[in-house]
Amino acid sequence: MSMASTVCSQFRFDPARHGALAALVVILCFNLIVTPNFLHTQTLFVNISQVATIAIVAMGMTIVIATGGIDLSVGAIMALSGALAPLIFLSPFGLANPGLGLAAAIIIPILAALCCGIFNGVMVSYFNVQPIVATLIFFISGRGLAQVLTNGNLQTISNPSFSYLGTGKILGLPFQGWLVLAIALVLWWLVTRSMFGRQLLAVGGNERAARLSGIPVERVKIGAYVICAGLSGLAGLIVVAINSASDAARIGSLMELDAIAAAVVGGTLLQGGRAPIFGAILGAVIIQLVKYTLLANGVADEVALIAKAAIIIGAVYLQQGRRD
Amino acid sequence: MTDLIEMSGIGKAFAGVVALRDASLAIRPGEVHAIIGQNGAGKSTLIKILTGVYRRDEGSVQMAGEDLTISTPREAQDAGISTIYQELSLVPLRSVTENVMMGYEPRTRLGLIDWKAAHARTREILARFGVEIDVTRQLGRYSTAIQQLVAIARAVSLDARLVIMDEATSSLDDQEIETLFSVVRELKKSGVAVLYISHFLSELYEICDRVTIMRDGRTVATHEVAQTTRLGLVSEMLGRDASEIAAAGQTALSGERSKPGATLLEVDGLGTRTGLRDVSFEIRKGEIVGLGGLLGSGRTESARAIFGLDKLLRGEVRHHAAPVIDTPARAIALGMGFLTEDRKADGIIPHMSVRENITLALLPRLRRFGAVDRARERELVQGYIDALQIKTSGMEQPIRELSGGNQQKVLLARWLALEPEILILDEPTRGVDVGAKFEIQSIIRNQVAKGLAVLLISSEFEELVEGADRIVVLQDGYSVTELQNPGITESALIGAMVHHHERLAS
Repeated sequence: MSMASTVCSQFRFDPARHGALAALVVILCFNLIVTPNFLHTQTLFVNISQVATIAIVAMGMTIVIATGGIDLSVGAIMALSGALAPLIFLSPFGLANPGLGLAAAIIIPILAALCCGIFNGVMVSYFNVQPIVATLIFFISGRGLAQVLTNGNLQTISNPSFSYLGTGKILGLPFQGWLVLAIALVLWWLVTRSMFGRQLLAVGGNERAARLSGIPVERVKIGAYVICAGLSGLAGLIVVAINSASDAARIGSLMELDAIAAAVVGGTLLQGGRAPIFGAILGAVIIQLVKYTLLANGVADEVALIAKAAIIIGAVYLQQGRRD
Repeated sequence: MTDLIEMSGIGKAFAGVVALRDASLAIRPGEVHAIIGQNGAGKSTLIKILTGVYRRDEGSVQMAGEDLTISTPREAQDAGISTIYQELSLVPLRSVTENVMMGYEPRTRLGLIDWKAAHARTREILARFGVEIDVTRQLGRYSTAIQQLVAIARAVSLDARLVIMDEATSSLDDQEIETLFSVVRELKKSGVAVLYISHFLSELYEICDRVTIMRDGRTVATHEVAQTTRLGLVSEMLGRDASEIAAAGQTALSGERSKPGATLLEVDGLGTRTGLRDVSFEIRKGEIVGLGGLLGSGRTESARAIFGLDKLLRGEVRHHAAPVIDTPARAIALGMGFLTEDRKADGIIPHMSVRENITLALLPRLRRFGAVDRARERELVQGYIDALQIKTSGMEQPIRELSGGNQQKVLLARWLALEPEILILDEPTRGVDVGAKFEIQSIIRNQVAKGLAVLLISSEFEELVEGADRIVVLQDGYSVTELQNPGITESALIGAMVHHHERLAS
């Protein structure tokens, strides 16, 4: 009782902090009134499976941005891991040992993604390359590598176990939704409770002070890029599982922009020092819902891009507006 | 005569913590007006309201009899109010010209920046201060003192009616301060008012006409400087009896001197790329070793080298328990702490709370299964907030909302929490008011009595002479001599710092 009353008395509407939540409510209300069949379970499932990949990558992006960096390579890493998976379980080894093949098809692509993350992190921390340039390397070469691996072919797959990643359901809700929730809880603990989280926010808040206080700045940064890349690899697998096909040219295309947008809408400061994990999910949901709203009401896809830009501008404006 | 600026009934609170209540300030045209008070008295807040950085909750601000509504620093500049902040707010990677002209660049007819005119104008402005430098070079390549003068030049160039100087002299040497004062007098002659904030009372008597005293967010009094006494000012500032202060006297670093113990650290023939050539000294348990020297003599550089921040080209640092200190993390693990000179750039993590700032260096010891032990953390932090009397609304308050002196106490707590063996203090009381200075000094003295070894760097001769057991004097990157207390006088120290020392040919 007293807990509830203190929470209520502490709550004041602050556009910078609650703006995204308010926007979500507005979009939901708009859809309830305008969009046909919005309150249909099918609509919910479509949106959850679409939003899951954006949310997973956006959470990783949030961690990287918290160090004051940025990761442009997330979409390309998705493509790389998405291309590797079918190659592995369609290989002679994978066909001969279905069980081992499936495990390898999930573990190896994610390991490959983690290696990309180590590369990004080492470039940024030890070689002092600007994050935008360092991650541009995989942004360009990662997708190329994926297309070379697959000879540019579309690979179709029909492996029910693997497809569970994309189409499975737990308690009637899509598996990816639960996955997002689980990842969010782990990352939230990491950011707010763990040593690594404290160090991460300190590096992003004031790198020189962090170094002077004995924080291993380089390792923390590498950790952030590795987490982001690993989550991107996982997102790549989910996209392949949903589509039952892998097209290296399209998986994760423009994902870096969606992820950055979701992180910013969710309240991440681009200069670093803050990592709102649930904010990133909220941002991803808003971006997905706007896309869906326009699509369901017959507005062209291109226009959705403009709407997305408008959301980002609004979010950045609210961030800037914060002052005493 | 109408006042140039009249602020009255100003109130301001941050997150429910009152910073100002019923504060007022009146500045006459063409006067040099000082404002003094302890940390947290509300000086900075009042000025930031005047310059549009903060919004006031209540009260009125008038300029030359008219209501003034300023909500951005730019609007303040356009109204003729220029500020030189305590912490420099310039862009070190851009040229001197760009820094002076920023936002007000002369344009060619095509709308591009007229660089020739810009450079010429910058040279002309700087010449008024007796500064002649290459204005096309990066600002960051010049000394702090030059950078400070550039900041002042910028303010003056904006044709200000009021120039606010917040601790403007804190990093200048005597000659540069003289230059600054002559500029202030010059400004006064041409009818520009100067609002002067300084912790040095002697400066106040040298150039100020009137003084406003603040305490606990209120304006206590305004006097003609000529009609005040130092003791009177200090007693009004602290809200204490004049006689009580007269009895206390001195700085709090001086006190019982215990016999120094075993050698903890030996520095032998250090040379670095940052300008050290041959620095040697040792630090023993339970003593304060001072580093004396002029700007650029290598004091901060020595501290950085010892703490594993800069690579050694020559020489070695021998710690009693380890042969090499190559990173700050290693130094910290060995029981060393380093309170840096530049609070904003090297010290605070602005978004983080007081709690998180205090335990930053202590994190490895608070680890429990990969997580931070929050119960122990809170208990520890509360202990230091109480012991150091840090003024905050609670340990969760972001450190950026604290006054300079309280931020400094938080940073001191960060290092004391390590229970260090050796603590390096680089200008520990710079930009801190008399009261907090006294407190910080006595905290340090207490720790030294318990066996802490301190390496003290201070530009205040008084602090060094009274505080240090020994003073190692540096000159151009060489340690030239060592003075032993008791018996060091300010003039002896200054003599050692400037006197030419013969060096052994090598």
